[in-house]
Formats: sequence, structure tokens, C-alpha cells
Amino acid sequence: MLTALFVMAGIAVVLGAMLGFASVRFKVKGDPLVDKIDAILPQTQCGQCGFPGCKPYAQAIAKGEAEINQCPPGGEEGIRKLADLLGKEFKPLSAEHGTEKPKQVAFIDEAACIGCTLCTQACPVDAIVGAAKQMHTIVAPLCTGCELCVPPCPVDCIAMVPVPETVETWKWKYPVIPIKVKETA
Amino acid sequence: MLATLFKFKGGVKPASHKDESTLAPIARAPLPPRLVVPLRQSAGGTPQPLVTAGQKVFKGERIGAPEGNFSAAIHAPTSGIVLGVESHMLPHPSGLSAPCVVIEPDGEERWIERVPVNYATESPDALRDLLRDSGVVGLGGATFPSHLKLKPGTAGRIGTLIVNGAECEPWITCDDLLMRERAGEIVHGIAILRHIASADRVLIGIEDNKPQAIAAMRAASAQATGVEVVPVPTRYPAGGEKQLIRVLTGIEIPYGRFGTEFGVQCFNVGTAWSVHRAIEKGEPLVSRIVTLTGNVERPGNFEVSIGTPIDELLKLVAPRADTDRYIMGGPMMGFTLPRTDLPLTKAANCILAASPALIPHPGPEMPCIRCGACTRACPAELQPHELYWFARAKNFGKAQEYGIFDCIECGCCAYVCPSNIRLVDYYRFAKSSMRTLEREKAAADAARERFEFRNQREEREKTEKAARLAAKTAASRQAIADGEKPAAAQAPPVTDSAPALPQLDETKRALIAAAFARTQAQKDSVQPKNTDNLTPEKQAEIREIEARRAQVREMAKTPPEEPV
Repeated sequence: MLTALFVMAGIAVVLGAMLGFASVRFKVKGDPLVDKIDAILPQTQCGQCGFPGCKPYAQAIAKGEAEINQCPPGGEEGIRKLADLLGKEFKPLSAEHGTEKPKQVAFIDEAACIGCTLCTQACPVDAIVGAAKQMHTIVAPLCTGCELCVPPCPVDCIAMVPVPETVETWKWKYPVIPIKVKETA
Repeated sequence: MLATLFKFKGGVKPASHKDESTLAPIARAPLPPRLVVPLRQSAGGTPQPLVTAGQKVFKGERIGAPEGNFSAAIHAPTSGIVLGVESHMLPHPSGLSAPCVVIEPDGEERWIERVPVNYATESPDALRDLLRDSGVVGLGGATFPSHLKLKPGTAGRIGTLIVNGAECEPWITCDDLLMRERAGEIVHGIAILRHIASADRVLIGIEDNKPQAIAAMRAASAQATGVEVVPVPTRYPAGGEKQLIRVLTGIEIPYGRFGTEFGVQCFNVGTAWSVHRAIEKGEPLVSRIVTLTGNVERPGNFEVSIGTPIDELLKLVAPRADTDRYIMGGPMMGFTLPRTDLPLTKAANCILAASPALIPHPGPEMPCIRCGACTRACPAELQPHELYWFARAKNFGKAQEYGIFDCIECGCCAYVCPSNIRLVDYYRFAKSSMRTLEREKAAADAARERFEFRNQREEREKTEKAARLAAKTAASRQAIADGEKPAAAQAPPVTDSAPALPQLDETKRALIAAAFARTQAQKDSVQPKNTDNLTPEKQAEIREIEARRAQVREMAKTPPEEPV
């Protein structure tokens, strides 16, 4: 009886030590769920969700502090992916955080720009080039279309322009079968 | 002689319809009143325009500079005046527009100075650059820049050069006629390609339904050693690059890899012909052979200047009245042109006039019955019906798992489908959606990286600023400690925060005292204004206020009591 107890206790100690060692040795740095959520978010860094960037929003979702329907650039598809990942119900995009828009980039009217650098400071992805009292311009391929540079501009020279579809970015549409109405005599 | 031919699985045998357009020899299409030359005519970037409106250009003058090394140059197809560089709709399934150079021909066809090059004395690198600058791209339809295909791969060099004269798609005969009439020039081009690739042997694959082309190519290449004309069985898509390489060498090239890596590379006969013209005649690629056939009165092959509007070409062959659409390419892989006033590009091998009688519209799409006909027909050995389900359900991950990118979009599956399912449309949708998603993902990752870098930079700037400030404070403290101690006792603090002062160290107190002294000095330097010509009452009032202020100052000077 006593031997059995000692054996069981011994096994428990050994296993506990192994588990303890494993938890230290194979410790996962960071929260893998946050990274997974962050990978779904569009990385616009626009802050429309109410958090300063996509990563903080991802962290808030992971903690359960934010809803999954607060990201307008991600749109409905993004919400669906988040719902799939987190096993939650799909919700339509919350209206107070904005509406889904087609992809756009900022455009600076270079004639009107006074070189105040306010937009460069606002840009979350460093997509604006310019120096004090020098003309500024947007590096269009880097612009995420977050619109954060629009309100700070004192001369209102920044406009958001939709990205046109080109032969390179065009994609085949989902095949649909056209329905024809046959006219009867 | 090659001992055995390898085989590819699947394939179909549609009616070839080649005889219609092979009766007449290749004719030169007349110059149209206006040429619209798209700047982007090859895979890779869009070349930058080198001309402006009103400029005079010669035939073969470069009008578009290749962007980087991944695209090929664009040249003026004839001499004339540039009317402008403007956006024009392209012969592309999207019906989108892109920048084009519009040229009004002067009818003189004056060439730029043509410099023939003796390829045997040139290095392969120089010849590759020459091909890029001559705008030579694959004329089989994919318009991949030829100089990129000739780059030596990881295998070191290209041992076997395959020349594709199979032309398996129904109706199209431009390569057939080119081989019949210009076999000598093609063989010259092959010799140049072989020199650049330093290939040991050349296999010219031609479908066995073109006996005249086989005979002409055999005669032209009789003297060359290591060049062999191989008739391949007629079965669509024997002319697919991967299929032809497999039939002739047994090598299978997976998706996303170049043939060069396996020591084999494939060029179309039309490409070989334009290589010969570019190197040995100094003529850049400004025209190509196009088959105009289908529901027309006078089908045939024409040598057409790039940029000729397609409707101008159609006048040459007189389409019949019941023609309801025009297909660029063949009936299997081509696409319906959105309009006919579009420019002819380097990719256009055939314009096919279609009528409901000649090329019927597929019937209504019905549910997949999983009969497996598509699987038996697929030359890429995929399972088209599975891909169809995944593409239709937008389950792209699964579609990729089932090898959708190995699909060559040959259309065999849709051809045999008893339910008339437009399978290729689904695959094209899935492939382009996946490419878009990938592009968006790459953009998002880049944005994340930039955002994180920016945050890091701001953090770093903040700490650097704090460090600078700390250093400055330390320096001023050091200066105080080193001597010039201001008279701290003379100006004791007045503020409410005064009780905390005794806890501060000596230097800090000295600093604060110095600041007070500065303020006091500033205050003292200010002279009271409006003190002249005042009434006695006013003066009395001022005196009273001054006395009160002095009293307050006296009160403040007494040392504050310690809080209990």
C-alpha cells in the first residue's frame, strides 16, 4: 500500500517536473491568436476601429474587449474570416465605425501643398515624402488609403482617389449564367 | 532519329478546320490610316513611352523603353507621325484600357538604320540584350520576353532546345504557313537561339497533320547537325509548351519553374523567325503573321503590322453576315473580343469570326454528374471536377492543394463536359482571385512592417530626446556644482509647492533659485507705464496697491512652516 503510494507520488513528481520543464523550454512568445487575427486584418492602420492600429485591435479582439465587426477596410469578408477563426457569429459591419469603401489612395495636390509636414506625421506607414516648406507627395504603392492624412492638412490639398483597375490587377469574374427571357409571340 | 516519342495523358481531337486558311500564301496586310501600338505587349512591366505627339518616327524606331529587364521594347511598326500617347482599349478579356502610342503612317515605310549582327561573334549576353531591345517576345500567345527564357538556369545551360511548330489549336494556321514559306529564316533563327543557349540538340516538334511544313523544315534544316524535325501525333493540346516538352523529351515541368532549370527550353517557330529578323537583319519585331478565318469569305494568313485595328483587318477577309462574335486566339483557349476596333498585338495569332452555326454557343450549364470525362481529358493530369467544386465554392486553399496552378487552361475539360460547364471560367476566376489575394496579402504585410518600423522609430526618437534632455540637465547641474552658485537664499520660492522644497537636493534648489532670480531680474527691468499726469486719487490708489503687494512679498519671504 505504502509502496504504491510512493510509486504514484514519484511518477507525479517526475511528470510534473517534465511538464514544468516543457512549459519553460517550449514557451510560446507572444500570443499566437493575436498574430492570427492580425494576419486577417487589412493593415490599413487607419484607427477606424477605435484602436491605434491593426495590432492593438487584434489584441483587443483576442482579449474579448472588442467586437469583430469594427474594421471597415476589412469589410464583410474580413468579418467572416474573423468569425471563422474565433468561432463567433457573423455580424454586419458596425455603422459607427464607418462603411466599406473601394480601395483608394491619397493624392496630394502638389500645387496647393505648403509643406507643413502635418500629413507626414499623420501617415502610419511612412508613405508620404516631403520636408518642411517643401512639396509633399504620396508614394502611391505604399499608401493603404487610411485617410489619416486628410484631416490634418491645413490647406485641404489631399484627396482620396479610388485605385483604378488595370490589365495587371484585373481579375476574372465569378462565372454567372446569363438568363435570357424568351419572348413569346 | 528519335527512337520513341513520349506521351501526355488526356487531350482531345476537335475538328481541325485548318484547310480553310492554308489555301492562299501569306499576304501583306495594307497599312491602316492609323496604328495604335499598346505599350504593354509582354509579361512584365509596362514600357515607358519614348515619343511625344507630333514627333516623326521611322519604321522600327524604339517608342517604348523596356522597364527593367523584365519586359521587351516596343517599336514603331511603320514610319509616320506620332499623334499622341493615349489610353486605348486593349484586346484583352477585361476590355480595359492602357497607354498606347497612336501613329499616323506616312506610307513611305522608311526604316531606321538597320544593323545586321553576326551572331557567331557576339556573346550570348549581348545577344540577349539585343533581343530585349528588339522587342522579341514569345509569339505563341503568352508573349513572355524571349531574352528571359534564354537565361541560363540552375542547371547551367539549356541542353535541348525545343522549337514549337505543333500548332494544335483548331483553325489557326499562321505557324504552318510560316514554316511552309519561310523555313530557311526560321532555321536561321533557331541557329541563333541555339548559339545563345549553347544547346546540344534542337528538336522541332510539328503535328503530323502538317506534312508540307514538316517537309519544308526538314529541307531547310538538312545541313544543320543536331537539328531534328519530329512529327508529333495530332492531338490537342500537343502544342502546349509543357505537353510538347513532355512528348519530345519526357521531362515534366512543374508549375512556377522554368524549363531552363531542367536543361530544356521551348520557343515558337514565329519567335525563331523574329529572332532571325532582329539579329541578322536588324529589324525589331514590328509585324507578325495572323490567321484570319472562321465565318469569312476569304480566310487566309496575313503579315500584319502590330497596332493595326482589327476591324481594318476584317475588311480583307469579308466576314459573313451571320457572324455574331470575334474570338482572338483559337476556339479552345481564345476569348471573345469586346469590340473590333482594337489594336492587334504581338499576342494575336488568330482572329476567328464565329457564327452560331460554325462555333455554337455552349448550351445551358447543368449540374456536374461526376462522370469523370474531364479527368480523362485533362492533359495536366488534374481532376477538373474537383477543381470545379473548389473554385465554385471559392475554397481556394483546397483548389491550390489539388494543383489548380498546374492547369494550362487548355479547355479540354470544358470541351468534353456533357453538362456544358464552363470549367475554365471557374479556374480562371479562382486563379486570378488567388493572385489578387496574394498581392493584397503581400501589400498588407509590407504595410504592417512599415507601421511597426515607424512605431519603433518614434519610440527610439522619444528615448533619444529624453536622453538628450537628461544630458543637458546634467551638464547645467555640473556647471552649477562647479562654482557660480547663485544666491539661493536671496530669492526663496513663493509657490504652494514650496513645502516640498526642503527635500530637494542642493543643486536642484540652486537651479530653482537661479530661475527665480532670472524672473525677478526680468520683472525689475520692466518700468511701470502710464504713471504721469495722474489724479491724486489715482496716485493714492496705486500707493495703496503697492503697499499691499509689498506686504504680500514680506509675508512670502518668511520661511514656510513644515506640514505636520
